[in-house]
This record gives sequence, structure tokens and C-alpha cells, in this order.
Amino acid sequence: MAASAAVSQKIKESTGDRIFLTVVYTVLILVVIAVLYPLIFIISSSISSPAAVTSGRVWLWPVDISFKAFKVLFSTHEIVSGYANSIFYTAAGTLISVTLTVMIAYPLSRKAFFGRNVLMMVITFTMIFSGGLIPTYMVVRQMHLIDTRWALLIPNAIWVWQVIIARSFFQASIPEELLEASEIDGCSDMRFIRSVVLPLSKPILAVLVLMYAVGQWNSYFDALIYLKTADLFPLQLVLRSIIIQNNSSGAMDAMAMVERQQMAELLKYALIVVATLPVLVIYPFVQRYFVQGMLVGSVKG
Amino acid sequence: MLKHWQLHLLVIPPLLFFLIFKYYPMANAVLAFKDYNVIKGIWGSPWVGFRNFELFFENPMFWTLVKNTILLSGFLLLAGFPIPILLALMINEIRGGRFKRFVQLVSFAPYFISTVVMVSIIMLFLAPRLGFANIALNFFGLESVNFLGEPGMFRSIYVWSDIWQTAGYSAVIYLAALAGIDPTLYEAAKVDGASRFQKIRHIDLPGIVPTIVIILILNVGNVMAIGFEKVYLLQNPLNIVNSEIIATYVYRIGLLNANYSFATAVGLFNSLINLVLLLTVNGLAKRITNNSIW
Repeated sequence: MAASAAVSQKIKESTGDRIFLTVVYTVLILVVIAVLYPLIFIISSSISSPAAVTSGRVWLWPVDISFKAFKVLFSTHEIVSGYANSIFYTAAGTLISVTLTVMIAYPLSRKAFFGRNVLMMVITFTMIFSGGLIPTYMVVRQMHLIDTRWALLIPNAIWVWQVIIARSFFQASIPEELLEASEIDGCSDMRFIRSVVLPLSKPILAVLVLMYAVGQWNSYFDALIYLKTADLFPLQLVLRSIIIQNNSSGAMDAMAMVERQQMAELLKYALIVVATLPVLVIYPFVQRYFVQGMLVGSVKG
Repeated sequence: MLKHWQLHLLVIPPLLFFLIFKYYPMANAVLAFKDYNVIKGIWGSPWVGFRNFELFFENPMFWTLVKNTILLSGFLLLAGFPIPILLALMINEIRGGRFKRFVQLVSFAPYFISTVVMVSIIMLFLAPRLGFANIALNFFGLESVNFLGEPGMFRSIYVWSDIWQTAGYSAVIYLAALAGIDPTLYEAAKVDGASRFQKIRHIDLPGIVPTIVIILILNVGNVMAIGFEKVYLLQNPLNIVNSEIIATYVYRIGLLNANYSFATAVGLFNSLINLVLLLTVNGLAKRITNNSIW
């Protein structure tokens, strides 16, 4: 369809080129199918009946649609609390991370900033060398952050890569003339940031917010090593315990033995959907910001 | 300088972050040269020189760990590095239009799936009895396979699922580089009657070589730092002979068994190899292609 339309448009092309283009379209269509199929399969399974899923009758579209799995999920304490925690960590973590990133990226973008090359080296060095898992854990412990919500918000708050992207953006898109003009008018640096830089930097702020938010929503490792209290667990950690370690405790108690096995299987699909949906739903709307952000970072970085 | 004191003030909190959570741990890495004692603390514990490193090198696990780490990331590099380039070149062939945007939108999407969800999907698809892969195998009259229980399949599962997840995302950088190529080159090629394939070979590829080299350096520099999170989640007692890598070993020995000094030494060894690899490849690239990350 798309392939033939495009080929007929470029009728002037040589036979070799047409074959080449047909191959390209075919491969890309296969890529799209290979990427989409597992995702559709999981969503379809999550809203099919448990019996249909376990007997392998679901191939693409849902069979005997039921939302039972979601009802069970949202009446399970662990999951509701995991969801609430993840929302909190994402919101608070993003706020902290974006603020800190801008605080270091903007000064680094200014030529007049004393020691900017040294500072840049100081932070990029942490990208290629680190103390390691245990020494970092010891620091977090010494700071008494273990088993507190702060452990998920602070120790990984700044990603160097995001600093580099933001710095390149500030360098490329805040005109020098604006700075000179405002300096002549006696505008302080803080005032300049507030009234000129931030309003002009909405695209990069959007990128930073999205990257950090997705990262925070998806992370589990910090929670795994720093948290002990189940009530603080983010959704990803709950997910790990139910799907990967197969501990579907709480949710299953209420159900009859016969149904258990099938339902346990179905819950896994539903849980995947529940944990990923927020990200996938907003993704098509924000995709161009991501691409923009990566381009800013890679072309000029 | 004093005129811009506000900028310096602004930098203090982020700088503290780097000092406390990035540089202080580097100082803490002296643990590797000590026999850690909880009561005496990191600095009070007795020095033991290189004993922890010697213990690791003499450990029967040593070669297995190094081999698993290198094979897994080497395989990932070999298979995962060219695919985004090919993908970008193909996407670039379709000029404009809805299909192009659709392909990008779809191929980019799996990047946003979390590691836990990714591993959950892998486990559901490859489950021994009810997994999709086995239902499909049975459908065609083939016998079921316990994919995650076969040590021989671990690397393939890891690498191909990783490519599924990140190829579209990685392609964006090359697409950006392709977009930056001088359009007059294509016009000249058109006049000379170059085919699409020739244009790719003589314009597109040379045009993105600097990007390719930089990404390659960064990837090689990460050879030893292969994603711990996913390996750890995919591990089980059956596939552990191939899936235990240095990072998962550090976690097990260090945090689960509280053997801090030894695990720090192992981790430090890993980071150092990584740093050496990065510097070597960067130096080579600088000499051969004149591109480098600094």
C-alpha cells in the first residue's frame, strides 16, 4: 500500500532503484510488525478471558473480552501503593533532577563562567569512571538515606548526559546579544535566567522533564538496594516480585483454587499493561521532543 | 568573575551532588585495599594491599566471570551496533511522509519500556508451558523448549531483546547525522546518475562516519559495564553458568553476602578495565580516523 504508492510516485527511477526501494519498504514493514506484535499481543491478552489466554487461543486480538484482571489488580494493596509511590517518586524526582540540571548546565553554557572547563571535566569524568556499587552504597548509608524515600530521589538525581544536552541547548539558542543588552540594563544573572533563559528554553525543559520522568518511572534498581520497607516500594519493584519472582500472594488469596493458575497468568499481562501504559500513552504526543532533545545533544554535543 | 557570583552560587548544589555521590564513592573505593571492619569503619580498617585482588584472580569463578562479561557485551556490540545504522539508512531512504514518521514512532517506542517490564515480557513469551513461543512451536508440531533454562540461549535472548528494545532509539542519532549531510552532494550524485545504493555507499556512509566512530568508542567503553539490571532479572539457577557476570557477582557477594572489601575490589577491577578499553579505543580512533570523544 504505502510501498506501491511511493514507488509509483517515483516512476522515473531506474529498475534497480525500484527494487532497492521495495526491499527497503518490505524490511521496514517487517520491523514495524516485529516491534508492534508483542505489544499488541500483551494488551490483547490482558483483556481476554483467563481461559483463552492459558489455552493459547489469543493470537492477535482479544478473545472473550473481560477486565477482570484489572479489577483484581486495582483491589490489591501492594499494587495500589506501588502505583501511588511511583507517581510520587516520578513527580518529586523529576522536579529535583530538572532543577539541579539547569542549575549546573546554564552556568556551564556561559563563556564568562570562571572554571567552566574544569567543572565540565569534573562532571564528565563521572560518566566514564565510578567508585562502584559498594562504595556508593556506603555513602548512601553514611548519609542515613537507606530505607527512606530520599534514597530514590537524591543519589541519582543528575545524569551527566542531560547536563550536556541542556548546556548545548543553552549555548545554541540563547543569543549572546540578549545577554549583553540585559547586562547594560543592569539585569542580574538570576533575573536574566528567570525572565529570559527559562522562557526561551521550553523545548529543552520539556526534554529534561520527560527523560527524567520516564527514567524515574521505570527505575527499580535503586529501590532494590536502598529500600527495605514494602510500603515504600515503587511499582517496578512490586512488578518484579509478582512476575519475575512469581510471588502473587495478596491478589490471589480471595480466589478459588481452580481459577488461581489461570488468573495468575493473566494478572501478569495486565500488570505489564498497567505499569507501561502511562508512558506509552503520552509517548506519541511527546516523541518529537525526545527526538529534538537527542538531536540537540548529539549534533552539537 | 565577581560580577557573576550568582552563577557560581547556582552551581554549588549540583556540585555538591557530584562530590558526595560520585567522587566520595571513588574515595571509598579504598575499601578494595582494606579488610573492612564494621566497627572501625572504612578509614579505620586495616590495609591489606592487593590481597582482595589476588583473591579474585585466584578465585575459580574469575575466568567464568570475565568470559561471560566479555562474551555477552561483545555479542551485543557485534549485533547491536550495525543494526541501528542500517535502520537509519533505510528510514532515510523514505523521504518525508506518514510512513516514515510511523516507522520512527513505532521503532522508538520499546525504548520506553522499563527493564522490569522488558524482562517480564521475555519471561511470558518464553515461559516453558504457557509462553507464546512454545504455544507457537507446538502449533507447528515442534517440541517445547525451556528457553530461559538453557544456558546456551541466554546470550541470544539477552542480545536480541536488547536490539528489539533500543535499535529504533539508537537510529535517531544517525538520522540526525544523515540530515546534516550537504544536499548539494546528492544533487551532484543525481546528475552523475548514481543509483540509490551508490548514494548510500559514497555519500551517506562517509557522511556519518564521525558519528559512527564516536558511538563505537562509547559502546566499546561500556563493554565491561553491561547492563546489570537486565542480566540480574533474567538470571536463574539453570542459566547462571552463562549469565553470571562481574556486575551481578559484585551485587551478590557485596550486598547480599556483605563481603564489602572483596566486592569493591572486583568492582574496581571492572571499572578499570572499562576505562582502559575506552582510552585505548579512543586513542586508536583518533589516530586512524581523526575522530575521538576528546
